[in-house]
Amino acid sequence: MARTGPAERPLSPHLQIYKPSITMVMSILHRITGAALFVGTLLLVIFLVALASGKTSFGTVQAIYGSFLGKLVLFGYTWALFQHMCGGIRHFIWDTGAGLERETRLKLGWATLIGSLVLTALAWIVYFLG
Amino acid sequence: MSKSTESLSTPMARVRGLGAAKSGTGHFWLTRLTAVANVPLTIAFVVIVLMLAKADYAAAMKIVGHPVAGILLLLFVGSATVHMRLGMQVIIEDYVHSEGTKIVLLMLNTFFAVFVGLASAYAILKVGFGG
Repeated sequence: MARTGPAERPLSPHLQIYKPSITMVMSILHRITGAALFVGTLLLVIFLVALASGKTSFGTVQAIYGSFLGKLVLFGYTWALFQHMCGGIRHFIWDTGAGLERETRLKLGWATLIGSLVLTALAWIVYFLG
Repeated sequence: MSKSTESLSTPMARVRGLGAAKSGTGHFWLTRLTAVANVPLTIAFVVIVLMLAKADYAAAMKIVGHPVAGILLLLFVGSATVHMRLGMQVIIEDYVHSEGTKIVLLMLNTFFAVFVGLASAYAILKVGFGG
């Protein structure tokens, strides 16, 4: 009876067994964007520390962030930020116990995605026009 | 249930804290609290970043050095780093099942969040107090 390791129990089915739904995809994206934003905070630290360090280091960072690849990463960061924010608002609604019915749930999923895309587009339109 | 006669603690008290997270609602609540704060702070953050996007050194120093921008950035960094530490903690607890690796990653998670928070705060304050 002296077992050392955990018991070999059957595992519940995971992602690959279910037909994807907008609710499920938004849930997965919430976690992925959260993890991406975790790493992405380094972009903010590097920018702020460079600014505080002086003109030369700031110039270097500004040049990297302003390059095509830099802009691409920042574009992704912007979307991840808004996607996670909209996903969070969806969770606030669910936390109150509302919006869990099938129709509302699906609408909230699409609203999350459309909201994040619109906000990202808006931010970058302001950037290009400003 | 026979063991309950050997101890004065209730069955509930003996299992409390033995789940994967080892704690109660504190984690859940702090996640929500910082999430609520993050909504307006993120919008403020994006606005500040857009102002900084095309700024040269002198302009950037002026923007980050302004008390309103500096305070909003500090609040954002504070709330966001607490929130991301909690979120990454859940991800680690979900996917890392080896106890040793899990503890090491949870420690690194905290170190990273504290580093991001303090390094950012130091830089913002340095700029704010005159570079």
